[in-house]
Amino acid sequence: MTETGIGAPVRRTEDKRFITGKGRYTDDINVPHQTYASFVLSPHAHATINGIDTKAAEAAPGIVAVFTGKDVAEAGIGGLICGWMIHNKDGSEMASGAHPALANDKVRYVGDHVAMVIGETLEQARAGAELIEVDYGVLDANVETGKAKDKSAPQIHDAAPGNAVYEWAIGDEAAVDAAFEAADHVTSLDIVNNRLVPNAMEPRAAIGDFDAGTGDFTLHTTSQNPHVARLILSAFIGLAPENKLRVIAPDVGGGFGSKIFVYAEETLCVWAAGKIERPIKWTSSRADAFLNDAHGRDHETRAELALDKNGKMLGLRVKTVANLGAYLSTFSSSVPTYLYATLLSGQYNLPAIFCEVDAVYTNTAPVDAYRGAGRPEACYVIERIVETAARELNLDPVELRRRNFVAEFPHETPVIMTYDIGDFGASLDKALDLADYDGFGKRKAASEANGKLRGIGFSTYIEACGIAPSAAVGSLGAGVGLWESAEIRVNPTGNVEVLTGSHSHGQGHETTFAQFTADRLGIPMDQVSIVHGDTDKVQFGMGTYGSRSGAVGMSAMSNAIDKVIAKATKLAAHLMEASEGDIVFENGSFSVKGTDKSLAFGEVSLAAYVAHNMPEGMEPGLKEGAFFDPANFTFPAGCHICEVEIDPETGTTEIANWVAVDDFGTIINPMIVEGQVHGGIAQGVGQALVEGAVYDKESGQLLTGSFMDYCMPRADNLPSFKLGFTETVCPSNPVGVKGCGEAGAIASPAAVMNAVTDALGVKDVPMPASPATVWQAIQSSTKQAAE
Amino acid sequence: MPTVSMTVNGKSVSGDVSANTLLVDFLRETLGMTGTHVGCDTSQCGACVVHVEGKAAKSCTRLAVQCEGAAVTTIEGLASGGDLHPMQEAFRDNHGLQCGFCTPGMIMAGVDLANRRGNKLDEDTIRNELDGNICRCTGYHNIVKAIAAGAAAMDK
Amino acid sequence: MYEFDYHRASSVADAAGALGKADDGSLIAGGQTLLPTMKMRLASPSDLVDIGFLEELKGISVEGGGVKIGAATTHAEVAGSSDVASNIPALAALAGGIGDPHVRHMGTIGGSVANNDPAADYPAACLALGATINTDKRSIAADDFFTGLFETALQEGEIITSVTFPGADKAAYMKFANPASRYAMVGVFVAQTGDGVRVAVTGAGEDGVFRVADMESALGGDFSSGAISGVSVSSDGLASDIHAGSEYRAHLIGVMARRAVDAANG
Repeated sequence: MTETGIGAPVRRTEDKRFITGKGRYTDDINVPHQTYASFVLSPHAHATINGIDTKAAEAAPGIVAVFTGKDVAEAGIGGLICGWMIHNKDGSEMASGAHPALANDKVRYVGDHVAMVIGETLEQARAGAELIEVDYGVLDANVETGKAKDKSAPQIHDAAPGNAVYEWAIGDEAAVDAAFEAADHVTSLDIVNNRLVPNAMEPRAAIGDFDAGTGDFTLHTTSQNPHVARLILSAFIGLAPENKLRVIAPDVGGGFGSKIFVYAEETLCVWAAGKIERPIKWTSSRADAFLNDAHGRDHETRAELALDKNGKMLGLRVKTVANLGAYLSTFSSSVPTYLYATLLSGQYNLPAIFCEVDAVYTNTAPVDAYRGAGRPEACYVIERIVETAARELNLDPVELRRRNFVAEFPHETPVIMTYDIGDFGASLDKALDLADYDGFGKRKAASEANGKLRGIGFSTYIEACGIAPSAAVGSLGAGVGLWESAEIRVNPTGNVEVLTGSHSHGQGHETTFAQFTADRLGIPMDQVSIVHGDTDKVQFGMGTYGSRSGAVGMSAMSNAIDKVIAKATKLAAHLMEASEGDIVFENGSFSVKGTDKSLAFGEVSLAAYVAHNMPEGMEPGLKEGAFFDPANFTFPAGCHICEVEIDPETGTTEIANWVAVDDFGTIINPMIVEGQVHGGIAQGVGQALVEGAVYDKESGQLLTGSFMDYCMPRADNLPSFKLGFTETVCPSNPVGVKGCGEAGAIASPAAVMNAVTDALGVKDVPMPASPATVWQAIQSSTKQAAE
Repeated sequence: MPTVSMTVNGKSVSGDVSANTLLVDFLRETLGMTGTHVGCDTSQCGACVVHVEGKAAKSCTRLAVQCEGAAVTTIEGLASGGDLHPMQEAFRDNHGLQCGFCTPGMIMAGVDLANRRGNKLDEDTIRNELDGNICRCTGYHNIVKAIAAGAAAMDK
Repeated sequence: MYEFDYHRASSVADAAGALGKADDGSLIAGGQTLLPTMKMRLASPSDLVDIGFLEELKGISVEGGGVKIGAATTHAEVAGSSDVASNIPALAALAGGIGDPHVRHMGTIGGSVANNDPAADYPAACLALGATINTDKRSIAADDFFTGLFETALQEGEIITSVTFPGADKAAYMKFANPASRYAMVGVFVAQTGDGVRVAVTGAGEDGVFRVADMESALGGDFSSGAISGVSVSSDGLASDIHAGSEYRAHLIGVMARRAVDAANG
């Protein structure tokens, strides 16, 4: 391994601009002659719109234009879409209510977009928005996940009777029923996966621009997938043909899923820019981000696990209600179904699984993919119930897991996944060692001597990522294929531009991809530039989410590099008058076996462009592209162990120790991979201990609408983490990588809550296990013990 | 409209701004210095931290007119010539940033912390003193390491 | 933020004059509470009169065994003051725990006291130490100053110039912070002086800072945490929100009070 080769902890190329304040995020961009947009948002969770009076706003100083839902409808601009069709148990299609970019006759959650006000300055736009008078007919709000389908619950969309989006199921119900009949022990658990607000630190932003001369639109936006955004804005919403719409996602300050989706604001900035023939800029406030960025999770689940007397798992039955909010966001429908229930087998040899998911509409913000997307929810169900079962059976939770681990690969689960490779025992062993599991008893005693409660919790997680084979996701209802593209442009002087459809918003692609390409081509890393995030530069791409940029994006790069090397090898053979079979490409040099003849990569690329001496039939130039469609999902897996110490007087939980051992397959840059794990754990710990979106049950107002009330994990909420890695090389892609972006967020909530419940000696504590919640749990269990 | 004059990164600057212009907007919009970011509306995230008269302050919670005559340092002014500030270097060397959005505020907070609490900073001190800066990417692990290393390097 | 006129006052008298002339003027010093409120468009003063630069309002002096702190003195200056640390270390520690380091560089004691946020820290210190709030017109005992939620005895146009804290034989402040905002969810300041013991609670009361008479009398006889282990605080009149119910807050008052007494006893 060289200093910058595959496997080296190379320092990041992109950091230079970020640490000097030279990053270029959407809000840093100003376009000459630009105007500013402010949106009128619904103050009610559920109301009819009886009328909108825009006169005062239109007459206010500096107001350029005012648009309402009527204008958008009259222009024939389509609604925002959900790109994944889920079918009900009976085979019928899911119910989907229209989602106009500006509400027409009804608002359905606090924050729903009602009008767009465009001003010469931001202050003028805001002042104008305050002058819009909306006559609302306030309706009762339907807020609670578990009660959304109650007969008395207010009806949100005419298209979805009873507020049911779908009633979906996977697995073999009869086999599960049989397993429960044969069981010696059944563990059941009712758990809630709390609603989260993504809160990437950069708020969303958009600048829509229209060139009246050419008819071309440009959108600068905070997107994880600019090409997908363009496709949706063009083909589904109907703003402009794809060839007349350029979408640029420059530096993006974190996404975590929330910037995958196409929202009302960017749609309207593009559309309205065409109407007023001036650029329009919009930047979200944090308050608006809380209301309108798609939220994550929000499941209520009853799970039952059947075991025999030896602790062998026989079957798993799961019933989940998933709250999708007021409208179906871009990929929302897939999250509680194919990204969730297909992972319920965990790392275990579970012969039968049956899972039913009822997705419901409520008067809350739309819910969609958030770091992990469905897989954290699955991991939470299986890892919490396994730990609970171990306690009920008086078995060490480690032992119960070992007895049930999948040990032979490939392994087909009862929920359609085929695990290709893994070694679950290896990551568990390494984690136990790093966590000093044997010393836990001593540490617990020491805590007790200090009046503290100590607990330990495990999470042996598996996830499916690198999504995924296009044909497979297509058969499951996806509206798009999930391949990735790459183009390797070798310049005459031998340096290289890599064009990728993946998008970096913190993942360090400019480093990892350059490191990978440089290593493969044997050239210095600084001779490789990564180009991404601009539909005019990169032909097409599916973007970055689902931990797919390594497994899918880099694999496309790998295949394109193979093509470059193949062509260059042919050319080198011709130039050196050798047979192609005798050419060896190593360390950036083509040499003829058994001779001292060689040509550097740059010499061959120059020859390709000079083109004075090409083999017969070979085109000049050296540029190759590839579309990579994986053969399978990838399956990162590992073991996280969390140790907590709880102050029973205040209910405060401190994380005393964290060990994570992950198997991500081949690792290109361990420094970056570790950073991804750290961040993922922090988000999972955030979910478990401090974060939770709360709506008022009556009014539907978001009670956690700012950082004052929605607790973001701070440095003092977290410990330093101990990380380790095991490696089974992924057989489903040419790079051998599995993906690392979401693992931490998937594994960690269960580890924390297993530790908290262990410390308290209770079956369940709801997330977030805030001091107040933990204190309450202690009071209840003390009271119970006394009775 | 009042004219505001101040020294930013050692240079005298002035601009006509309305009284309700925040320091961060003066920096970003009037001066075009977009390294200082806005991540919240409630003075909590710290993406906007700059130094005013040598002390860390949230530029989203300071009026430009309040900085009349003041010396302001932003992330753009931390490096001297071509040399990165030791805290900037430490953030890169310890992978203390991912998306980069909170980074300017984190680095400015880190420098301020070293100025106040010295060059030998233990983990607890750093974690406790970072309660005015939120990062969503790193889990703070490497930020804590970076600030410790950066503070130590500032001693040299 | 709505528009307003800004005046940088040249003296307290100048500030009073400017405030008197304004339609709906407001004082500003650090602005750490006022500016966020204005940004949310929840406050819209016609004029801001900036007293944050007035030298006459800055600085800390030792008076008797206590300290007098100028209204425009920042939390960081109080936290870092050797005079405060040697005379009332609990007060320095309290100041060092307000907000975050950046907020402490700008926020002032005068602003905090005048705002009387029910979750602010300083009101607890004022009440427990029996501070006097000095204005350009008069001096007001802390007992008479904090009159309710965001309400004080200050009259229109009256400007706090300093706060005088008498010394204490023993004192400590223990804060249990709201996990999200980091304001006090429950903060208890205990102080033992020649006049007896005072226990003041911030963060928990529906009407703002208050004293706990039962604890004060128990500690008056025996200044130990054991003396109040049996004293329960009623949840009546305590705040209840998504972060903490009133019963939990009542419980925390006991815990924080005992910890404060232990800390005060060193």
